[in-house]
Amino acid sequence: MGKVWSAFFVFWAAAAVGLCWVSPHYGWWLPGEAASPLGTEIDDLFHLILIITAITFIGTHAVLGYVLWKFRTGQNRRGTFTHGSHNLEVIWTIVPASIMLFISLYQMDVWQRYRVKSTFDQQAMRAPVAEVTARQFEWRIRYPAPGKVLKDMPQPDDLYTVNDLHVPEGRPVVIKLRSEDVLHSFFLPHLRVKQDAVPGLVIPVWFEALHSGEYDLVCAELCGWGHYKMRGRLTAEREADFQAYLKKLSETQFDDGVTSQPAEAAEDENSQAAEDES
Amino acid sequence: MSTLNPAAHGAASHDHSDAHGHHEIGFVRKYLFSTDHKMIGIQFLFTTLFLMLFGGALALAVRWQLAFPWKEMPIIGNMLFSGQGGVISPEFYTMLFTMHATVMIFLVIIPVLAGAFGNFLIPLQIGADDMAFPVLNMLSYWFMWPAMFLFGLSFFVEGGAAAAGWTSYPPLSVLKGAAPGSLSGQTLWLMGITFVGVSSMMGSVNYMTTIINMRAPGMTLFRMPMTIWAMFVTAILQAFALPVLTAAGFMQLSDRVFDTTFFKPGGLIVNNAEATIGGGQALLWQHLFWFYSHPAVYIMVLPAMGIVSDILAVFARKPLFGYKPMVYSLAAIAGLGFIVWGHHMFISGMNPALGMTFMVSTIMIALPSAVKVFNWLGTLWGGDIQFTTPSINCIAFISMFTVGGLSGIFMAAVPVDIYIHDTYFIVAHFHYVLFGSTLFAVFGGIHFWFPKMFGRMMHEGWGKVHFVLSFIGFNCTFFPMHILGVAGMPRRLADPYNYPYLEHLLPLNQFMTMSAMLMGFTQLILIANIFYSLFYGKKVGRNPWNANTLEWTAPSPPGHGNFDILPVVYRGPYEYASPLVEEDYLPQTRYLPNDTGPASTHH
Repeated sequence: MGKVWSAFFVFWAAAAVGLCWVSPHYGWWLPGEAASPLGTEIDDLFHLILIITAITFIGTHAVLGYVLWKFRTGQNRRGTFTHGSHNLEVIWTIVPASIMLFISLYQMDVWQRYRVKSTFDQQAMRAPVAEVTARQFEWRIRYPAPGKVLKDMPQPDDLYTVNDLHVPEGRPVVIKLRSEDVLHSFFLPHLRVKQDAVPGLVIPVWFEALHSGEYDLVCAELCGWGHYKMRGRLTAEREADFQAYLKKLSETQFDDGVTSQPAEAAEDENSQAAEDES
Repeated sequence: MSTLNPAAHGAASHDHSDAHGHHEIGFVRKYLFSTDHKMIGIQFLFTTLFLMLFGGALALAVRWQLAFPWKEMPIIGNMLFSGQGGVISPEFYTMLFTMHATVMIFLVIIPVLAGAFGNFLIPLQIGADDMAFPVLNMLSYWFMWPAMFLFGLSFFVEGGAAAAGWTSYPPLSVLKGAAPGSLSGQTLWLMGITFVGVSSMMGSVNYMTTIINMRAPGMTLFRMPMTIWAMFVTAILQAFALPVLTAAGFMQLSDRVFDTTFFKPGGLIVNNAEATIGGGQALLWQHLFWFYSHPAVYIMVLPAMGIVSDILAVFARKPLFGYKPMVYSLAAIAGLGFIVWGHHMFISGMNPALGMTFMVSTIMIALPSAVKVFNWLGTLWGGDIQFTTPSINCIAFISMFTVGGLSGIFMAAVPVDIYIHDTYFIVAHFHYVLFGSTLFAVFGGIHFWFPKMFGRMMHEGWGKVHFVLSFIGFNCTFFPMHILGVAGMPRRLADPYNYPYLEHLLPLNQFMTMSAMLMGFTQLILIANIFYSLFYGKKVGRNPWNANTLEWTAPSPPGHGNFDILPVVYRGPYEYASPLVEEDYLPQTRYLPNDTGPASTHH
């Protein structure tokens, strides 16, 4: 019977490792390669920990399987009378301790770049792309008018969208994250970005989309019955396309259906701004 | 309680242990309002097992929605949700997972470990005739009932049960317009939590006093079985951490009822209601809540570790490997447990420098856990391992706890946590710790101490069937959750397939739901086995497993007052395969000619 139990526990461990092994082939793994530079580093750290823990898991279960097989009852033997070993205790304290200390120190750099404000890209911090305000159950986005800088207080010429965040690709951008009611969490799975939106706080979040494309924006903190449908979209596009998008947004928003004056004015301003920037 | 006169009923009553005292106390005092620690332990055991089925049913409903979103539930769907065509509504879904966690954590795991095993085992294993405060002990059980009543009632009040998650983060839990469950369900929830807290606290005070003051002669601290050490450390954890939750609970209650603003920032507009007034801080609750609830995680696993250490030594027929390192690592886990709460809040918006500190402390808490795993393997190494239902459940504990411990490292590492925070990865992690580890230890413990509780063995074959099916069902349900987490599936979504990048995970979720049903219905085997064995199990004597600890020297089941004669302890609890005796076990009470006698004044 002992052999069966040994095989039972070894089989489960093998099945677990096997599932992790085949999962990527079925697409049951990270949702594509990270679409941001920091995301790539997070994935690397994830894989590093995965390798370390996989070795530990396989090792532990190999020993467990061996012990259950070798020392199963019915072999007419008596247990070894030992109360432990000081040397072994020292070894299996110090070795894991050094590995764990290495893991934790090795992680600090990425965390610092993700969250510590003084390390943020200063240009992006000076001109946040948008303010994202979470509320039950939508993302409200406020852009500054083309060529202007986002102010803390809403301005008359600000542009508004819902659930549709556009950012330029290829450079770090900052959004200001707020919440109007309860806790929410701004989660961009493809970019490996997550930050809770806390009512009463304005939290700057930076990320950089490597490529143009559309990405899911997910709410990852329980915010009520409609939590599951609080779905937004992040569109990363080339700088010029982004400016064009803002311009079009401005035209639509200020179109009174009679004159096209404000839109033209905005266009002038916009081209002015584009020239200034270049 | 009993005037214990060893000579009077020592030899006379050991074959019929109920002989004394039986005519003195009636049915109500004996089975309902009992002050006997064994009966209270058994009451806790049966209550928590019943609630485990209830909590499990809630989880199966959650699983149903994840596998077959917005599909009519078979059979019970139309009974429960006839107004919605038998479909779980999204607001009910949020109540389901909130109450599943609440029931499982506060009414099953904590009371089954501390309440059932702690009560039953502490006096028996230290050689006392009862707890230090028997009436307090009885109250600690009965204070669970108002909590059960309040939680149950909350499903029937306007808006339904609490729906802000078991963590009850404000402002969702505080603002009445934020969720249906925040109308009155949340108030009932907070009151229920307070009752559970009072119950735990009464137990905790009792356990500490009993363990410190009432050990038998010769039972020095370092002769105590690991279960007692674990209960002792757990009781200390409870005593220090619980007041914070109780206070925080009252603050939230006061925010809800008296409109104070501990956790309510000003200017919030919920559901188009008037903006809130105040200057509270939502993050404050998270700090206070996790300052209790992280130590609570260890409250939910340390006693299981103690139980496993004891059972493994018995069935390896070999001393526990590294007794003192085991004790110190328990203490280290408990100590470090107080300075890791911030790892629940890495992305909550707290100061990022704290993220680094909490990462280091959190990763380091894996160290004592690793030391424990190695020592359990060392205990098995060189043994004469018997594969009984208790031992295979405890071996499963080692395996499951390894998974739970290793997956914790992913989330302790802050950058990786940015991505996997609040995904199914964390759901996998804590189910491996709380179900995979603790519940398998509990299953092992039930089979192991059943003969002591009732004088009959549980059915061994069905015990193994229950184990194998639970183990398969458990791993097929929860291991794939790691993969869902890596794929970025957030927890607590009523319909994750609303997001295109998660659509392909539906078949995997369906497989997991089938496995969860297998696991759920398997628990009926355990219940059936318990009730069958109560009446038809094989009758056994005092020490069916040939174990060393004191409870096995008492009659099975022990009568009121536990021991025929006051036990005297001559050695540690793990002297299996000792060369001093012919048998492969050497009970703590057995006197050998060379023994120097107990240090009887040592208390």
